[in-house]
Amino acid sequence: MEHTAEHQEHSGGGTKEIVKVTIILTVLTIVELILGFWMISIPLERASFRLAVKGTIVILMLAKAFYIVAYFMHLKHEIKNMIMTIVVPLALFVWFIIAFLYDGNSFRHLRNTYDPHYKEQSTIKIEKKEHSSETKQEGAKPNDAKDGKQEEKKATH
Amino acid sequence: MATTATAPGTKLWGGGKSPFNVEYGKLMMWYFLMSDAFTFGAFLISYGTIRFSTNGWPDPNEVFRSFPFAPEGVHAPLVFVSIMTFILIISSVTMVLAVHAGHNMDKKGVVKNLILTIIGGLAFLSCQAWEWTHLHHEGAWWGANPFLNHDGTASSTNFTNYFFTITGFHGFHVFSGVIINIVMLIMTLTDQFEKRGHYLMIEKAGLYWHFVDLVWVFVFTCFYLI
Repeated sequence: MEHTAEHQEHSGGGTKEIVKVTIILTVLTIVELILGFWMISIPLERASFRLAVKGTIVILMLAKAFYIVAYFMHLKHEIKNMIMTIVVPLALFVWFIIAFLYDGNSFRHLRNTYDPHYKEQSTIKIEKKEHSSETKQEGAKPNDAKDGKQEEKKATH
Repeated sequence: MATTATAPGTKLWGGGKSPFNVEYGKLMMWYFLMSDAFTFGAFLISYGTIRFSTNGWPDPNEVFRSFPFAPEGVHAPLVFVSIMTFILIISSVTMVLAVHAGHNMDKKGVVKNLILTIIGGLAFLSCQAWEWTHLHHEGAWWGANPFLNHDGTASSTNFTNYFFTITGFHGFHVFSGVIINIVMLIMTLTDQFEKRGHYLMIEKAGLYWHFVDLVWVFVFTCFYLI
């Protein structure tokens, strides 16, 4: 009995809140999908514009994550110290994401600058028809080629 | 000392009081989920790093463009995966309703909403099974990538490796979540929580289920949208 009384204290706004959060999540998802559909029609050449749309989608994603954790998982209604023990360690992700994505990007630049072979391989276009029949066979047998080698193999066809 | 420790709002750690005001099992579930978040975070950041270090990448709208019972060459990007996303959101809502019913000691409400959550989970798993089968028939698997990059150049197997590993890991979480919910349903039906006087177990299962939905929010965005 002690437990139920204890939980009444921080159980939040009840059904009304659930309905509200459901609507917010649905709207955010629909907006994400609209942006996703819109991006199909944006040409690849407008790279920075595409990146901006992708950034918007990521922000909407974080908003969705916040609503799920804060309201569905009730974290908002817990004691502040407890919230901190969970949220503060997750701040590591900020460093994690910046460091690793920057590293990946720098690796790509270095390869494109100092490895002309790699740069050349990644600009050879492949005809779609021929490719799909070729890959049907590839999918049937186990393929142990590592990605770099496979790229070479396909490109030389 | 004793009087100040029991006064509300002061000296949380003075003893005689639960500093976080949650049950032990629930707190541990939170810490488990935090560690699980690091696992998924590491997966997704690794995927992002590889994507940033590669010149080309397949267009998700070309890869994920089919849905069940559709004719062969259909081009319907984002349709099937948005259905999957809504299934998971709705099952999360029914779970939160089950937790809410548990607070009010409403056994009927718990049973009804748990059943709906289990159905939602199974529906999501079926969708994923169909999608994996479909992609496998197209020649995609770990180590095999039949898709071209966005710009028509050859693509690496990193794309399929990451897709199957991360959605597979998430799908396995959904599967174990469904099993946990079925156990909760059986425990509710056999009146175990009524005897205990509280439905706190439903809350812990609920936390896990919401986490599964949360991870899907990230997987869905990283693989299908951007």
